Formats: sequence, C-alpha cells, structure tokens
Amino acid sequence: MTLALSIGILVAGGVFMLLQRGMIRIVLGFIMLSHAVNLILMSAGVTSRRDAPLMATADPATAADPLPQAFVLTAIVIAFAITIYMLTLAVARSDDDTEDPS
Amino acid sequence: MTPPDLLWLSLTDLSWVVPLPVLVPLSAAGLALALWRHPKAQQIISVVALTVVLLASLTLLVAADQGPVVLDVGNWAAPVGIDLVADRLSTLMLTVSAAVTLCVLIYSLAQGLADGNRGTPVAIFHPTYLVLSAGVANAFLSGDLFNLYVGFEMLLAASYVLLTLGGTGERIRAGTIYVVVSLVSSIIFLLAIGLIYAATGTVNLAQLAIRLPEIDPGVQLVLQLLLLLAFAIKAAIFPLSAWLPDSYPTAPAPVTAVFAGLLTKVGVYAIIRTQTLLFPDGRADTLLMVAALLTMVVGILGAVAQNDIKRLVSFTLVSHIGYMIFGIALSSEQGLGASIFYVAHHITVQTALFLVVGLVERRGGSTSLDQLGGLARLAPLLAVLFFVPAMNLAGIPPLSGFLGKAGLLQAGVADGGPLALTLVGAGVVTSLLTLYAIVKAWNKAFWQVAPVEPAPMRLPRAMVGSAASLVLLGVSITVVAGPMYDYTQRAAATLRDPNQYIVSVLPDRARGAGVSSDLAEDTPDAELPDEPVEEEDE
Repeated sequence: MTLALSIGILVAGGVFMLLQRGMIRIVLGFIMLSHAVNLILMSAGVTSRRDAPLMATADPATAADPLPQAFVLTAIVIAFAITIYMLTLAVARSDDDTEDPS
Repeated sequence: MTPPDLLWLSLTDLSWVVPLPVLVPLSAAGLALALWRHPKAQQIISVVALTVVLLASLTLLVAADQGPVVLDVGNWAAPVGIDLVADRLSTLMLTVSAAVTLCVLIYSLAQGLADGNRGTPVAIFHPTYLVLSAGVANAFLSGDLFNLYVGFEMLLAASYVLLTLGGTGERIRAGTIYVVVSLVSSIIFLLAIGLIYAATGTVNLAQLAIRLPEIDPGVQLVLQLLLLLAFAIKAAIFPLSAWLPDSYPTAPAPVTAVFAGLLTKVGVYAIIRTQTLLFPDGRADTLLMVAALLTMVVGILGAVAQNDIKRLVSFTLVSHIGYMIFGIALSSEQGLGASIFYVAHHITVQTALFLVVGLVERRGGSTSLDQLGGLARLAPLLAVLFFVPAMNLAGIPPLSGFLGKAGLLQAGVADGGPLALTLVGAGVVTSLLTLYAIVKAWNKAFWQVAPVEPAPMRLPRAMVGSAASLVLLGVSITVVAGPMYDYTQRAAATLRDPNQYIVSVLPDRARGAGVSSDLAEDTPDAELPDEPVEEEDE
C-alpha cells in the first residue's frame, strides 16, 4: 500500500513537472518519474525482506529475486547519465521560453 | 580440439558472429574516444569497424535463412542468461542498416574534409556514431526484452548527442523536445517491462511467448498496449509523431539521414517482433489499422503544406511509417512480408533522400523552396540523384517503392475487411500525394528560375559518391526484388509461426543450448555487461 501510494505521488508530481516550461523543472519531473518506475520494477520482485541471493548459502525459498534488482540498477545508471545530459542542455540553452515574450 | 576442428566448427556454427555487430562498434567507439587527438585514426577505426559489421551482417543474413542463429551470452542457458537471436527479420534489418550507416559515415567524412569541421566536434562524432550503430544492432539482435531496452537506450543516448552536436541554439531547442519525448517513451517501455516481469516472471522473449498466453487476457491487453505505446512514440506513429518533423531537420545532414533511416525503423522492428511473437492473436489490429490510416494521411498532408525541403522530406517519413504499420496490422503472412520489404526499401530510400537534400542545401545555399531554383541546369547529376529516390519514395514503377506498395495493397485486398479496403484506398491516395509533394519540391528547387543565383561551386566528390552509392543501393533493391521479396515472405512465415523462434532459443521449451548448471539458476551475471556500455555514451 505504501509502495503504491509512493508510486502514485511520484507519477503525479513527475507528470506535473514534466509539463512545465523550464528545463530544470522538466529534469526534476523526469527524475521523479524514473524513481516511480524503479519502484514498480522493485515491486515486481517480492518487496518484503528476504535473504541475499547467494548460491552457496541461500535457500531459493527465502532468497530475494535478484533480477528486478539488476533491472533497477541498470535503469538507475541510465537515468543518471541522461539526467546529467539534460542538465547540460539546460545550461547550454539560457533561453528556455519561461518568460512571455510580449 | 585440433585447430582444423576448431576452424570447421567456426564455419558450421556461426553463433560466434552474432555478437560482432554490437561488440565491434562498441570497442571501436572506446578506441576512437581514446584517440580523440588523432582525427585520421578515428576515421580509419570507424570505417573499418562498420565494414566488419556489414560483413558480419551479410554472413548472418545467409546463415539465418537456414534457421535462427542463437548465442547464449556468457554461455548461460536461455531463460537465465541473455540471448542474442539472429533470425531472418533481424538479419535483414541488420544488413540494410549496416550498409546505410557505412554510406552515411563516408558522406560525413567527406563533409568534414570539405568543411574543415567547422562547428562539428569530430572528436565526439565518431565514438557517438559507433555507439549509435551498436545500439541499433543490439536492438535488432536482442532476444530479451530488457536487453532490447538497453539497446534502445544506447542508440537514444547516442542520438541525443548527435542531434545537439555543436550546441547551437536551434539544435538545442529541437534536441530538448526530442530528448523529453524519447524519455517519456523509454519510461513507458521500462514500466511495461516491470509489469511484464511481475505478471510472468521472465523477460526472455521466447519464454514470454510461452507464458503470456497463460495469463489473464485483460492483463495481456494492458501489457500489449503499453509496449505498443512505447514503440509507437519511437516509430513516430500518428498521434505520437509530432516531435519528428520538428526535431530532425535541424541536425547536420548526415545525422538527419541516419536518424530518418534507422531510428524510426527500430521502433517498427520492435512492434513487429513483439506483436508477432508475444501477442500473436492480433487484438490490437483494428487500433493499428486506424493509426496506420491517420499516420499516412495526416503525415502526407503535412508534407504537402511544407515550404522547406528538409521539413517536407521529414513529413513524408512520418507518412510512410503508416504503410509499414498497415502491413503489420493485417496480421497475415502476405501483409507482414510486404511490410518487412517496405521497411528495408524505405531505410535506403529515405536515407538517400536526406543525403541528397543535404547536397541540395549545400549547392543552393538554402533549404527553403522559395529561395532554391535552377538546380537542374546548375547541377544535373544532383538532379538525377534527387529524382531517382524521390520517384522511388512516391512508388513509381518499376522501382522498389512500387513493388513494396503493390505487395501491401494486394495483402490489403486479400484481407477484404472494410477497414483494410479503406486503407488500400488511403495507401493509393498517400502515394499520389507523395508524388505531388515531391514534384512540388522538384519544380521549385530544380526547375524554377533561381531567385538568387547560387555561387558556382563543385560539390565534394566523396559526398556525391556516397550519396550516389546509396541511391544505387536503393535501385539495386529493385533489381534483386524477386529473391528479396521471397526472403521477406519467408521471414514473415517464420514470424507467423512463433514456435520456430521459441524452439531455437529454448529447445524442449525448457532450457537453452548454453552450459549453465542448474545450481546457477539465479545469477544476475548476465546483466553486468550492460552497465559499462551506458557509461561510454556520455
């Protein structure tokens, strides 16, 4: 329930920010959206506390599913790189239409 | 094993060739980045790498005709490890895209030599271009949904950099829109992957094809539509196409050309792959047909209204995506085969057209149709180079555009439904309107008296040469259309029967051909190679 609520709030905030005109706000919106999706990926595995999935020690019945965690890890790395790139875009373009020209 | 045995093995089992189209450009990108002080060395590395990719793709194209070539990456068996699968569809796409990227690379080299690289930092261009090519190859070869996502991200990250190359105001404005739209589509794709994994417990395409039919039909539909939405943004299908004509024309000519040829087609490829393999019952067909209809008509009306030759060609690109979606939506072997043929034809023609438009801009000093003129007299060779792909795009017989369209229309008539027949009509109208838009561009740019006589100049020979070779490639598709059409029909037949794909990845529908032991069931090992890949981009 907490997870679903957090995802909902993050998506709502992310979509709102993404629809703003300033580049920095768009970047913030993107960060929120990607966090929301990361939480969804996490919840695709089991979210309750489980053992580390190490072959030698763990029992498959109690070990966590490592695949969603690997997905999230990859997604975080990608989102991080893209965020930095978007921030450079925000810097490179001083005029981002935030002011009304009239 | 003795060396002759190894040699024999390497000739009979070609699975070692499968990763080359991804690995070679990626390693070359790292090497090119390390040698950023030596532009000459960078150029040699890029050309050699892409030539190797082309040769590897051709090898796979021949090999895959006997059946899919599968590689378990790191020798982990299929559902656990990541698979690269080269079947008829992916190798055909791979070969055409490799040929096109090589031509565009040579064009851009010539442009760089002629311009002294003003405003385009070449040190960045080559590594990014190679990463783009690796990402495209990875997307085509991936047998795993998450790896497909990684391939998309690789090519997108590279395309962000290429689109904003030089960092001029206009490019950054267009680039920002492109980046934000692509990000939204990536997030939807990732969301779909998360939900698919939650519903089925796998992201391996072959295993998904087995497991998806077992889950609730409502959930299936949600997953199908989410994937379609993500890919439709990438493929620029109306109403998700507005970003394309706005962002493509601002980039340098070779970049626009390669984007127009490849990026949208990767989206189309992903739609074909997921719709045929994962959701073969075609529940989204009506939706796709309506989308195809609107894409064709709205796209071409946009093209008719344009007064800038680059924007005009960008709108025709959107419009012709509609034809490919039409073929997919028919859900018949004939329609799918024609659609695949059309994709291969369209990659070469659209890229060639953008390269030639780059030459027109150079020769005439403008892309506005009001300021261009008299080019047929000033540059007759350029006029021929424009005329051939333009007529090919409009679908004038006997060129390949006509053959692809005729195949699609036949498949539409064979389907016989009212919506399919409407689409046949719309296809003919779109074809005529394409001809109208192209003739308008031709009249103004090549035949009208030049408002301002452009200064006499010679176009760099290598630029004309590479553009001409791409035009010739487009024409040669016409020459080999018979065998090629058979090939695409066979590819479609494979796609319509997902069992062949599944069995080649998971023999006995259980486990792949790799040698991982049962103990290693839950290793995340296969994810690891993905991360360094992403870091190289920025």
